[in-house]
Amino acid sequence: MRNVVSSAIAIVLLTAFLGLGYPLVMTGFAQVAFAHQANGSLIKQNGQVVGSKLAAQAFTGPKYFHPRPSATAPAYNAGATTFANLGPTSTDLAKNVRAAALAILKLERPYNPGLTIHQIPVDAVTTSASGIDPDISPANARLQSRRVAAVRNLPLSTVQKLIDDNTDGRSWGFFGEPGVNVLELNLALDRLGGS
Amino acid sequence: MSGQGIAQLLVYAFALVVLAYPLGLYMARVYTEGAFATRGAFAWLGWIERGFYRIVRTQREREQDWKSYGITVLTFSVIFWGLLYLIQRAQGHLFLNPDHMKGVPAHLSLNTAASFITNTNWQFYGGEYTMSYLTQMAGLAVQNFVSAAVGMAVLAAMVRGIARRSSGTLGNFWVDLYRSVVYILLPLAVIVAVILQWQGVPQTLHGHATAATLQGAHQTIARGPVASQIAIKQLGTNGGGFYNSNSAVPFENPTGLSNFVEMLAILLIPAAQVFMFGRMVLARRHAWMIFAAMFAVFAIGVGINLPAEQHGSHVLRSSGVNITLGHGQSGGNMSDKEVRFGQAVSTNWTVATSDASNGSVNNGFDAQTPAGGAVPLVNLFLGEVIFGGVGSGLYGMFFYVVLAVFVAGLMVGRTPEWLGKKIEAREIKYAAVGALFCPTMVLTLTALSIVTPSGLASIFNHGVHGFTETLYAYDSQSNNNGSAFAGFGLTNFSAYFGAIAMLLGRFVPMFAALALGGALARKKITPVSAGTFRTDGPTFVVLLVGVIALTAGLMIFPALTLGPIVEGLAH
Repeated sequence: MRNVVSSAIAIVLLTAFLGLGYPLVMTGFAQVAFAHQANGSLIKQNGQVVGSKLAAQAFTGPKYFHPRPSATAPAYNAGATTFANLGPTSTDLAKNVRAAALAILKLERPYNPGLTIHQIPVDAVTTSASGIDPDISPANARLQSRRVAAVRNLPLSTVQKLIDDNTDGRSWGFFGEPGVNVLELNLALDRLGGS
Repeated sequence: MSGQGIAQLLVYAFALVVLAYPLGLYMARVYTEGAFATRGAFAWLGWIERGFYRIVRTQREREQDWKSYGITVLTFSVIFWGLLYLIQRAQGHLFLNPDHMKGVPAHLSLNTAASFITNTNWQFYGGEYTMSYLTQMAGLAVQNFVSAAVGMAVLAAMVRGIARRSSGTLGNFWVDLYRSVVYILLPLAVIVAVILQWQGVPQTLHGHATAATLQGAHQTIARGPVASQIAIKQLGTNGGGFYNSNSAVPFENPTGLSNFVEMLAILLIPAAQVFMFGRMVLARRHAWMIFAAMFAVFAIGVGINLPAEQHGSHVLRSSGVNITLGHGQSGGNMSDKEVRFGQAVSTNWTVATSDASNGSVNNGFDAQTPAGGAVPLVNLFLGEVIFGGVGSGLYGMFFYVVLAVFVAGLMVGRTPEWLGKKIEAREIKYAAVGALFCPTMVLTLTALSIVTPSGLASIFNHGVHGFTETLYAYDSQSNNNGSAFAGFGLTNFSAYFGAIAMLLGRFVPMFAALALGGALARKKITPVSAGTFRTDGPTFVVLLVGVIALTAGLMIFPALTLGPIVEGLAH
């Protein structure tokens, strides 16, 4: 009985201190020190939220770079993240990868006639773990650059430079892998103009 | 495998040792004399601490024997389980719910409450569309602290049992609980949370944001008080994500640096506890040998997983796309992996989280290659003793240490001794229960699940892979890991049996550990003689790894042949 009373008191204290005190103090600190990140790294254009640096969004037209495939419903749902959960020998996985590769060949070949399936980087045909991976590999960006340059009437070198500008390298040049942020890259392209 | 990837793994190992060693010494001090207690500028911490003891009606000096300690732990956990259940059920009517989440269904609440009080953090739900901010903060994140602190307290009590001689008591649970939370977990959580906020993890009470995308669609962006929760989820080897895809989601883990810090946080306290143990029992070399054994198994896991994942799955290799590392990609099996992590870092995380009973993921295990995915499966089955959960990992490892010493004793024909304590029939019984209970339960529940229609209903991928999913689910829950092969759905069957697996998997080994600690505390110290098996040399490391492989490894081998091995051979 003594245990029950002590436990009940401890539970109330711990819940108040760790469950409200700690997160609320941390929230107050973050809202002052890191206000942009704390609210979701949102990107605004003309006062309107157009997305987040940390979430992929759907791009389908030929004038934009495309993010990786997504398993969320609908695709790129940053309110319900998920893996695809298809096993390594799954026939569905084989079908999805094949379909994604064929779609890429169809989309890119008019601008890149010699393109073969062997040149498609694996991240372009596989779902990400979050379903909202904001990055594509630099190889994937390079693959799409000819199309975007041609459709927008931009020199390939300009598009390549934008890719470089919007590549997040490894943290401190060491941790993780480099990735090209698709939303930021497409926003930079739009700012540049081109038809 | 790139040199760069291997360099990242080496820096990780180095940073882990450099940080864990001093933390271990600090923790030894916390559990013996308190952190700052009564001295100088920090005297106010001592006042608060004494105030807490007065409010929960205890005194620092009032020590408990192992049974009393265990009963207090159990009472405390059961009442907390009730509160967590109620918060989830009632969240729709409570405050801090900007996105109007409804009450959580009964079977899911029950499973989730069991999951979080046992430090498992198995998730049959997606956090960002199921739980209100109140549930995340005052329900789940509180348990991230408290369930971790309970494991740390029990370990501290057991280590005292090993260190003491002719003593009937192990310590006071409330003192150990308070010190674990206030002097260890909370300061570390604040540091990690601030780093994560800086790197981009949200920390807000605003509800979902809505974006008008460049192509004119609406996109919902879930956010919330994330950083504070992720920090303690990693440090406490909890692993329950704010988001469904856990630490693969950029909002939980935005950069290579945040990923590195989170991976360090996963193994930091379990690794430090090995050094804490060495200091508290004055057996520094013995502690290093246990660390070496853990590290060896960790390295083996990395050595299997990374080449397998870099080589890629059969489906990807035969598809014809380019999976070669280099020229602007990390290549390999990128299914359910993130570009900013690539292969080396995903492997590092996979092995760390499955060794540590953490269970958070930065990639989807279900999509890993058969050989790669077998690594976390086996790591779990070893009983989460390779670093393991905070507290529970090392006390789990002690079961194997006792068995190893016993085997050595049989070989040299003397009564086995461990740190001067004679290991007799009673101790062996407790160690055997502690080491064998979880593997037995995993196999039993997996068998039950695959021979009943209601068990089979959870499976997502059919055939051999479905068996692996089931095995992984009960492996993960019984051993309080919480990582998922996913592809395993919520049904009444899986919710209730999962909850049973988590509760028994937590408290049966915990009581075995306390009983073993209590038995050892009562013993006298036997002087070392020429016939004593030395536990502070490399022979002991080999023996310990061998005993782990023989006890748990051989128990899972038949099940492995039915799952990943068949799957690997079929392609």
